[in-house]
Amino acid sequence: MDLFTKFIDTYPVFLKGMQLTFELTIVSIVIAIFIGLFFAFLKISNIKILEWIADLYIFIVRGTPLVVLIFIFFFGLTALNISDFLAVVLGLAFHNGAYIAEIFRGAIQSIDNGQMEAGRSLGMTKSLTMRRIILPQASRRALPPLGNQFIIALKDSSLASFIGMYELFNVATTHGSLKYDYMSYLLIVAVYYLVLVLFFSIIVHLIEKKMSSSD
Amino acid sequence: MDESIMINVEKLNKSFGDLHVLKDINMVVKQSEVVCLIGASGSGKSTLLRCLNFLEIKDSGIVTIGGEKIEKETHDLNEVRARVGMVFQHFNLFPHKTVLENVMEAPIYVKKRQKEEVMKEAKALLKKVGLSDKENVYPSKLSGGQKQRVAIARALAMKPEIMLFDEPTSALDPELVGEVLSTMKELAEEGMTMVVVTHEMGFAKEVANWAVYLHGGKIVEVGHPKDLFTNPKEERTKNFLDSVL
Ligand SMILES: Nc1ncnc2c1ncn2[C@@H]1O[C@H](COP(=O)(O)OP(=O)(O)O)[C@@H](O)[C@H]1O
Ligand SMILES: [Mg+2]
Repeated sequence: MDLFTKFIDTYPVFLKGMQLTFELTIVSIVIAIFIGLFFAFLKISNIKILEWIADLYIFIVRGTPLVVLIFIFFFGLTALNISDFLAVVLGLAFHNGAYIAEIFRGAIQSIDNGQMEAGRSLGMTKSLTMRRIILPQASRRALPPLGNQFIIALKDSSLASFIGMYELFNVATTHGSLKYDYMSYLLIVAVYYLVLVLFFSIIVHLIEKKMSSSD
Repeated sequence: MDESIMINVEKLNKSFGDLHVLKDINMVVKQSEVVCLIGASGSGKSTLLRCLNFLEIKDSGIVTIGGEKIEKETHDLNEVRARVGMVFQHFNLFPHKTVLENVMEAPIYVKKRQKEEVMKEAKALLKKVGLSDKENVYPSKLSGGQKQRVAIARALAMKPEIMLFDEPTSALDPELVGEVLSTMKELAEEGMTMVVVTHEMGFAKEVANWAVYLHGGKIVEVGHPKDLFTNPKEERTKNFLDSVL
């Protein structure tokens, strides 16, 4: 049986796995964006204690393997009757939030200080200027690294297979062990990931193009 | 207090850490007067302007705007800033907004005014600065002179009592300086009270009621621009003028 036939035979299950991969990624990234924004604001708050809190969070995430975080969240949260899905999503979000916080912080700080001054000189408050002037420009700058982080998150979601989530990678290894044919299904799942990544790269590219119309 | 006094500064002091930037500044600007500030780089010109619209907060002294003594304890400084327009050397236009949106932003989001009405006024202002055909263009497509004229229109949209200009033409190519200066001159002729940091001596002589020479954070000499530029009383003023002219 060639690879293509194996692909055709298994695609319904793989698509199911892809859907879960997709949901894990999207939901965790959306939550991570809020976490990231929150910690980015702590980092630029100029209030020492808040900056330390943000630094500590980023330190913890950087210093722990994602798979360890996922297990901690999984065992910690399911013990509190939180669903497997949500527990894993929160683990992924906790991890990605730190990287996204750094992306936002960098983007906000890269906006020329004159923009804040101009807004303030027109009578806008700091927070209004942040919302109307700084953040729209910063999010445009954050978009390429965010897209990149999204793709990393998509691939990292494969770690959810370790706690039994039946996402893409788990589908592949399960088939592999059932059929005593790991290699075929690993190659197939690699193609699924590549197509997903390509799909998202194109979307990010399109958004970027649309947003840069003013340059 | 004299009703026509728009800006009154008394014994204004400002430091950044150990650096004492403004030292006992006294200054009175009456309604419709145009004042030029000159002085070497680092002498405190920008800091003085920024204290007048409270982008910097003074350490001590008095600043009154339109007869009202402004203190951060008693005033909402955002409101005061809305009354004092500022034009920057590097324009600081909002690059993600069109020219028209740049002008409409503050009246809509600070004054919470009706969009249609604001748009009408914004269009009129852009016409006034000669940029009606650029309404829907993004700032990146404009020349420096056009950008600065948009910045002036943007500040005017808030109907300020006072306009501050911080070296409005020094980032411009020489051939674009004239269009900005003539817009400013028009504004002065309409009776706008203006404080202008500039080394455009021609403009100062023609438009300014008086000029101030700032050195090391102190006002060294005040006079009518023609006198101050051609016949400075102080040796330091003379040296400075020799170095820039
Ligand atoms: N925010 C600031 N923090 C520290 N020092 C500053 C700040 N702004 C200005 N200064 C210093 O104050 C002095 C006066 O600056 P400025 O008012 O910009 O002078 P000018 O506009 O006449 O060139 C300079 O020595 C400058 O380095
Ligand atoms: Mg300056």
